[in-house]
Amino acid sequence: MTAYRLASGGLIDRSAPLDFRFDGRNLTGFSGDTLASALLANDQLLVGRSFKYHRPRGIVTAGPSEPNALVTIGKGADSDPNTKATVAELYSGLDAHSQNRFPSLKYDFGAVNGLLSPFLGAGFYYKTFMWPAAFWEKVYEPIIRKAAGLGRAVLERDPQAYEKCWAHCDLLVIGSGPTGLMAALTAGRAGLRVILADEDFRLGGSLLGETARVNDASAQDFTETVLAELRSLPNVTMMPRTTVFGWYDDNVFGAVERVQKHVALPQAKLPVERLWRIAAKRALLATGAEERPLVFGGNDRPGVIMAGAMRTYANRFGVAAGKSVAIFTNGSAGYRTAADLAAHGVEIAAIIDSRAEGADVAPDGVRVIRSASVIDTKGRQRVCGAVVERSGFEQTIACDAIAMSGGWNPVIHLACQRGAKAIWSEDLKTFLAPDVGNGLVVAGAAAGRYTLAGCLKDGAEKAVVIAADLGFSTVSHTAPAVEGEIDPSFTALWYSPGAKAKAFVDFQNDVHVKDIGLALREGFGHVEHAKRYTTNGMATDQGKLSGINATGLLAAMQGISPADVGTTTFRPFYTPVAFGALAGTSRDEHAAPVRKSPLHGWAQRNGAVFVDSGLWFRPAYFSRGGEKTWRESTDREVRNIRENAGLCDVSTLGKIEVFGPDAAEFLNRLYCNPFLKLPVGKARYGLMLREDGMVYDDGTTSRLSHEHFVMTTTTALAGGVMSHMEYCAQVHWPDLKVRFCSSTDQWAQMAIAGPKARLVLQALVEDDISDAAFPFLAAGAVTLRGGLKARLFRISFSGELAYELAVPAGLGEAVADAVMEEGMAHGICAYGLEALNVLRIEKGHVTHAEFAGRVTPDDAGFGRMVSAQKPDFIGKRLSTRYGLTAADRMQMVGLKPVEPDQHIRAGAHLLREGAKPSTLNDQGYVSSACFSPTLGHDIALAFLKSGRERYGERVVVWDKLAGAEVVAEICNPVFVDPGNTKLNS
Amino acid sequence: MRYSAFSIVKNALTGNVNWTPAWRQPEPKPFYDVIIVGGGGHGLATAYYLAKEFGLKNIAVLEKGYLGSGNVGRNTTIVRSNYMLPGNEPFYEFSMKLWEGMEQDLNYNAMLSQRGIINLYHNDGQRDAYIRRGNAMWMEGVPAELLDRAALKKMLPFLNFDHARFPIMGGLLQKRGGTARHDAVAWGYARAADRLGVDLIQNCEVAGIRRENGVVTGVETSRGFIGCGKLGLAAAGNTSRVGEMADLKLPIESHVLQAFVTEGLKPAIDHVITYGAGHFYISQSDKGGLVFGAEIDGYNSYAQRGNLATVEHVMEEGVTMIPGLSRVRVLRSWGGVMDMSMDGSPIISHTPIDNLYLNCGWCYGGFKATPASGWCFAHLIAKNETHPVARFLRLDRFERGYPIDEHGAGPQPNLH
Amino acid sequence: MASLIHCPHCGVRPKEEFSIRGDASLIRPDPEASDEAWNDYVHIRSNPRGRYREHWQHVAGCRRWLVVERDTFTHEVFAVTDAASSAREAGR
Repeated sequence: MTAYRLASGGLIDRSAPLDFRFDGRNLTGFSGDTLASALLANDQLLVGRSFKYHRPRGIVTAGPSEPNALVTIGKGADSDPNTKATVAELYSGLDAHSQNRFPSLKYDFGAVNGLLSPFLGAGFYYKTFMWPAAFWEKVYEPIIRKAAGLGRAVLERDPQAYEKCWAHCDLLVIGSGPTGLMAALTAGRAGLRVILADEDFRLGGSLLGETARVNDASAQDFTETVLAELRSLPNVTMMPRTTVFGWYDDNVFGAVERVQKHVALPQAKLPVERLWRIAAKRALLATGAEERPLVFGGNDRPGVIMAGAMRTYANRFGVAAGKSVAIFTNGSAGYRTAADLAAHGVEIAAIIDSRAEGADVAPDGVRVIRSASVIDTKGRQRVCGAVVERSGFEQTIACDAIAMSGGWNPVIHLACQRGAKAIWSEDLKTFLAPDVGNGLVVAGAAAGRYTLAGCLKDGAEKAVVIAADLGFSTVSHTAPAVEGEIDPSFTALWYSPGAKAKAFVDFQNDVHVKDIGLALREGFGHVEHAKRYTTNGMATDQGKLSGINATGLLAAMQGISPADVGTTTFRPFYTPVAFGALAGTSRDEHAAPVRKSPLHGWAQRNGAVFVDSGLWFRPAYFSRGGEKTWRESTDREVRNIRENAGLCDVSTLGKIEVFGPDAAEFLNRLYCNPFLKLPVGKARYGLMLREDGMVYDDGTTSRLSHEHFVMTTTTALAGGVMSHMEYCAQVHWPDLKVRFCSSTDQWAQMAIAGPKARLVLQALVEDDISDAAFPFLAAGAVTLRGGLKARLFRISFSGELAYELAVPAGLGEAVADAVMEEGMAHGICAYGLEALNVLRIEKGHVTHAEFAGRVTPDDAGFGRMVSAQKPDFIGKRLSTRYGLTAADRMQMVGLKPVEPDQHIRAGAHLLREGAKPSTLNDQGYVSSACFSPTLGHDIALAFLKSGRERYGERVVVWDKLAGAEVVAEICNPVFVDPGNTKLNS
Repeated sequence: MRYSAFSIVKNALTGNVNWTPAWRQPEPKPFYDVIIVGGGGHGLATAYYLAKEFGLKNIAVLEKGYLGSGNVGRNTTIVRSNYMLPGNEPFYEFSMKLWEGMEQDLNYNAMLSQRGIINLYHNDGQRDAYIRRGNAMWMEGVPAELLDRAALKKMLPFLNFDHARFPIMGGLLQKRGGTARHDAVAWGYARAADRLGVDLIQNCEVAGIRRENGVVTGVETSRGFIGCGKLGLAAAGNTSRVGEMADLKLPIESHVLQAFVTEGLKPAIDHVITYGAGHFYISQSDKGGLVFGAEIDGYNSYAQRGNLATVEHVMEEGVTMIPGLSRVRVLRSWGGVMDMSMDGSPIISHTPIDNLYLNCGWCYGGFKATPASGWCFAHLIAKNETHPVARFLRLDRFERGYPIDEHGAGPQPNLH
Repeated sequence: MASLIHCPHCGVRPKEEFSIRGDASLIRPDPEASDEAWNDYVHIRSNPRGRYREHWQHVAGCRRWLVVERDTFTHEVFAVTDAASSAREAGR
């Protein structure tokens, strides 16, 4: 045993032990532990295997930049792969498993890749696996794919719940360390609405592991005092366990709150994670600084840990990472770790300092080796010694852990997410955030102010400026006094020379110094090229540890400044966010709203089988006893309508009321056919074009009074047409006096069709609806039996004598019931979309299956409808383009199979008889097809090159997808009642 | 240096220190017969084919940043030829065939993975449209299969068959569709073009197009004036800005499309799958990350970043299609600037200026077109005549009334 | 762009309440205008990198069409005005 729990100290609750499991072993930690600190306390140094070489890897950090300690927490559908043990809050019953190893963490077959490493350098994929050509997909790729990835996604339904919220504040403080705390306190006292967010489960940031004293108290007591005051301020909201992951337009921040990720059995009434969109007038980035790893031989051995992390483990979690720790440093921070560890009774094997001199004070009796570097580490699955080189002499220092400290990188991720480039600071030997405007201000260590006193002061001062900016006055304050802190300066060291083993830059992706060198040698020296060629910085930590060292190495190898190399692009997410949290409640059946027609209940009672139609559910057909298939029901419905009558719910069609003295003029400009002189009491079929001359939508529009029309649209484009009309009225013709109102939801509308439709309806309508009094295309208000005012339209989609009756939505079901009751004697039946579709195909009527956004009025046979007289309408000018009027355009025709028992499917293409299938020979396609119960065989509507000249010719209906070829005769698309006698009866 | 089994072994045994640069870093010459503006996939492929297939010698590619820094390095890597309209399908199938021989041709492994692409359908109308599309593919000799729900369930058991708001009814499968390693495509073309003598000039931003007597004589760049006999523009994303330098009026809007990658996972999704009740599409890279995206943000933008509302919408579609994605963590999102054309289809065309040629309007589908785009653009530039498979992709098709509108959305770019 | 839009009628509202149509600088030509003018109107876009006027509709709010003036690179919004007022000012 080497790593162990210290006898005392730390912000853990030793009275609250927590049982957990790692790879099946039962272990114990304490409340306040992370999984990583608890694993360390149990001397579990080895926690994972690297991506490429499957090298044994241990915990490196104590935070979100962890590249190695990735585990799967949970089981089956309720598991989270690739969870960083360093940020996972320990709870009783936590069940964690290591990843990317087979058969076990200790004995991993994949480690053989390490032996092959000379062949697996940067970019090796691109140079190899090409011989023989066929082997790539059959042999090589499956092997590479199998080796890829870390954790396993089970792809089962997630049992947990998520939600989304908006929050608004004057100041969002990101990070609750010394800078963030003082900023929140200052702004909170001034009365700003403040949100203080921190990814940690405990607020305080670096103060939680700090040994310096603040205002004569321990840093932890100081933190508690500040937090207590913040809690007392009603205008301050504290959000622990909340990671601000992205900065978006208008100073909106994306954040994810882990509400119940730290409990074994989440409560069903709460989400496990909550997405916050925080609209902040101002934000302060107080995310601190990240310690930089050192790049030296064998630096990936389990037991090599960031010095700051080791200090955090000791001070905050009461865990020593080793009994005898060697410290490799290029600055003062290593000495601070040494001092703190020594104070906890940990032996310091040596301090290896890359610098020739320094004023830092080592703990009593600790050996300091200056101008030295670690060139290799000893041990297999954990470190047992450091090979140190100085002036050409090597010595091995026995130790069971190595702390490394390579300096500091401000955490500027969020500030650089919106395109601003990080700026190299020659003074601080690091990249700083540029000025990104006053929406987001960077403070404290994130701005390169590394001292505790400096952070406390900077946080408070920047909050004062922000408060003043927003018009708040602040009370004067004094910066807290700090004693016992040390200067965190360092001398940049990008690469520790003389490595005797691989010196890793990116631990997770196994990118080592030679890979960077190879990339450079091969011309991939641009920092983005190097990243993409070597995969440095592409792991789950997104280069939080490796990015700066790659830049430094690229610079050093070329003898240029890191300023000339730059960084790779920072992009969301700061740390990875689960799909579930970002999706919230919009999933499964709730992925989109459901719309139900006012006649939905009526349809249900009549045996409807429903089908999705956009957001609506519409009856597809009405199944009656004994009917086994949709076809049986549909055929019966169609026959009955052609012989008797039927009732169909058409409420979902868009209905738009158009009012105003210029309503007629407006419609006249909107439709391609004339509307100016439509008489009151008449309906007219209207065809609406896009400005490019293609059909946009169709429907009937009726004039109810001189200044009032009611338009119907297709179900699919009800919303789109409304917006289009509003656009035309507000943008094109703002002086037309016209107003619109959607009344789709206000009316229940039913089509009553069939030779007996009038018989049925007349029994319910008090007005005279005889053909003479209410002829085809009549429209207007009627009174129903009992006095109900309704709208009646004599229009027909089926080709039969037909009406559409509209009644207030709430009375729809009662009226439909009444129609059915009156109709029973006349054999009425309810019919659905399938029958509606068959009826309209038989009659040659079009839908969006025909228009599809690529069809002109003439293509669909409406050429003569388009007004030549009107000076202007939407789509007029571009309709005359050559390509839209060319003789070889595809025109709508009817098709019937020459052999009546053969079938035609929509989507089939058309070929001349004997022609070889080819794109060049393609003559067109079938847009709609069905079995016609009226005719007893299949019929289809199709678009065929120069089709209208070709009635009587034969074509091959070519449906290769179904393996079918059917010879069909081209005919007029109106199959039933071409003379419209039924319609007008 | 040619890559071979021998060179791999030899270099491995000598410490990998003898590999040579993949391409030179030449200084620009005063004059080139052909200059291509844009060192992305399309520009590099054009240069390569100009040299290899059309025998041109004196060629330069000018790139304002680093090679492959545009959309070729920022996409979801999908390769397919499953189009419906005759203006598109032969072109994309030509591209597919070039993909299939690319690695041997370039001596570079672009990791083409023909794992199959499946477009899901959710209602009868969508099914009919896919039947039409599948048959259009077959017309061009491209195999396609229509899968019903049962077949799909067997193939992709993790789809949301039980609780979908819009039921998954089936899908259209193109087995030859798949993915490729996007960066490697740019690098492979760059290296191969360089080996044929093409000058690849990085950090060279074009600031002006010099014209005399109605023809282009060269370009003003951040590295000085460079003369040329012919100029080809392949700067998708910035087409309007470059075109403006030659007073071209273009049917293009720049829009931002976001894409995403998850943390690395063991193989879980073996195909490219697209959602029919939205725009979501997903595949898994050979490295293990799930790569996915959906619709464009919808507003004109030159910023390579998008908005949170779109991010959320993409994730909603993702978990609705595959409920098990819920616990997968998304690692990174990025935004690419798309040349959105007025009909959703690309442009490879002459321009009103005799020796100026245009390659643009790739919308969000340029990656799969890379080889054919390069070949056809090279054909156009070298022979001054359109390649047969690209004959419909003309710039003047809008005024002439021959749009190639797969979605039928009309001249509003954010609807394509 | 724009997580939030300041609708002149409804105040600051989230982007999801709006739909976007495109270039607001285009003016529908006179019916008698040239073919070129019409083609330009329907198909040609200036597509600037920088200041740009765009039509948005507050579909889930007042349903008014708005002119959003903004920067296509920084996404900064300069002004949001009612489209009909803009159209009237432009003499339509």
